[in-house]
Amino acid sequence: MSKSHLELTGVEMAFDTPKGSFIALDNVNLKINKGEFVSLIGHSGCGKSTVLNIVAGLLQATKGGCVLNGHEVNSPGPERAVVFQNHALMPWLTVHENVELAVQQVFRKTMSKQERRDWITHNLELVNMAHAANKRPGEISGGMAQRVGIARALAMKPSVLLMDEPFGALDALTRAHLQDSLMEIQQELNNTVIMITHDVDEAVLLSDRIIMMTNGPAATVGEDLHIDLPRPRNRVTLADDPTYVHYRQEVLKFLYEKQRKLETIKPTRASTVEPEQEEAQAARA
Amino acid sequence: MTTLTTSAPENSPTSGVKALIARLSVPNPASVGKQILLPMIGILVFLGFWHLAAPQVNTSLGAFPGPVQVWEQGGQLWQEHVNQRERADKFVTMQEVRNQRLLEKDPSAEVKIRPYPGAPTFLDQVGTSLVTVLAGFVLATVIAVPLGIVFGLNRYFQAAVNPLIQVFKPVSPLAWLPLVTMVVSATYVSDDPMFEKSFLTSMITVTLCSLWPTLINTSVGVAAVNPDLLNVSRVLRLSFWTHVRKVVLPSSVPMIFTGLRVSLGIAWMVLIAAEMLAQSPGLGKFVWDEFQNGSSQSLSRIMVAVLAIGLIGFMLDRIMLLIQKKVAWNE
Repeated sequence: MSKSHLELTGVEMAFDTPKGSFIALDNVNLKINKGEFVSLIGHSGCGKSTVLNIVAGLLQATKGGCVLNGHEVNSPGPERAVVFQNHALMPWLTVHENVELAVQQVFRKTMSKQERRDWITHNLELVNMAHAANKRPGEISGGMAQRVGIARALAMKPSVLLMDEPFGALDALTRAHLQDSLMEIQQELNNTVIMITHDVDEAVLLSDRIIMMTNGPAATVGEDLHIDLPRPRNRVTLADDPTYVHYRQEVLKFLYEKQRKLETIKPTRASTVEPEQEEAQAARA
Repeated sequence: MTTLTTSAPENSPTSGVKALIARLSVPNPASVGKQILLPMIGILVFLGFWHLAAPQVNTSLGAFPGPVQVWEQGGQLWQEHVNQRERADKFVTMQEVRNQRLLEKDPSAEVKIRPYPGAPTFLDQVGTSLVTVLAGFVLATVIAVPLGIVFGLNRYFQAAVNPLIQVFKPVSPLAWLPLVTMVVSATYVSDDPMFEKSFLTSMITVTLCSLWPTLINTSVGVAAVNPDLLNVSRVLRLSFWTHVRKVVLPSSVPMIFTGLRVSLGIAWMVLIAAEMLAQSPGLGKFVWDEFQNGSSQSLSRIMVAVLAIGLIGFMLDRIMLLIQKKVAWNE
């Protein structure tokens, strides 16, 4: 038996479509150690989100499975907290109440009222959002809302933190701020993190490992790249660092040479190539 | 961090002063024009047109009443109400005085106070109608919101019941009324009835006709909860009741209220028709009685009722809007 923290073995995911079964993932194997920050990168429609949803328990693999801390994952739970792309905060609750909903649910029995209150504030401070505790999601910017989404996930004290393109919907400057914040938090808490991204720089900057996925259908793990850069990392100094540039090149090569996506401009050819993937996306939606 | 420097503006003293000045100074003239002046012009033009056109329409009860006659009749109806109240008060005091005397003669004498037997005035009828419509609307809400939640949560259930909803939704109150009347007469048998049968008939008809918009909107609102929020609920392992209470219900409140407002509008329209046909007390009966009465003032009095019905309907909608603004998170 391996000692890995999180293990995916022979995962296959098939979706039922009107034209029969569509295999999105085939034989995905992955071992992740405690405290590792892993990025999943690949072209859109390659099943990155599917992998994440299987780990989260939101989807059930049709073959194979996922084991966390020696327990099989077959339903969602707060020990596998998810940060969604569009923050997914309840718009009718304040920032504090949104985190409270999670804390209330997870630590109702183990923490006193005061302890829970302090724990909520602590997590909001961690993401620099304590000042907006009484605002509603509609009153703060998208970047701020995403910080709260991260605070809510961290407040569950998860064994593994799952992030589904957490910064994908943000502008470049806000994204950089949040990446730096996330690195600081990670330095402090040393969580196990799986993050989906389509941003090569983000992946190299944040990760200990980058898992590159092949194109679907029947997507699987293509390459597994260990990023051996010392922490804390600084985006400005790293920009000229030859090792950083090399890693970046590796990922780019994989994405644009080895797994070049057959995106065509002509609509006639596109319609002959694309339908399967469109169906897969429809099935996932 | 740039995003963090924007602290709450209401804390700074200068903004408070600015807000105060803004409140004290004369509001923007353009918005005054839009909100007060234009509606006033609209109303005046309508009154002028009404005043000129009404005398041209001759009926068997004389010329159609213009705004002046209707205004006079409004005052008349108010006066009748005041007079009736005075008489009722006198009637009761008279009885009290007589009872006092009886008790002085014989302390064990049985005394009671009979209610004033006079006919209900226009304002009494308005009161009856309001009570009936609110009772019917509340009953419709109590039925429609929980049912809507169940339908919205369960796709199979929704598919099973949807055809029924679509068929019953467009049924006119006039079609329901005879059935409701018969069923109420047959089933609500009691020596000491808490409610009048006529009240129950109108109320149930109102309920039957007004629950559909709330039911449909609630189920649509519940079915349309953001899938991300549903996933949050699953990740947190919220129990079914917590899920409904903390995620589903607040999320669908805006849709539920849209339905409730439509329902209340329908309830008010249906009630007038039901009262007219069922001869149960209320504004509808007032209109019908005046029509049957056929005096030279009847048309003016009916016109007063028409305007009152419109104004009350408008006010009911405004009240719902106020409640919605208090309750819904997106307002």
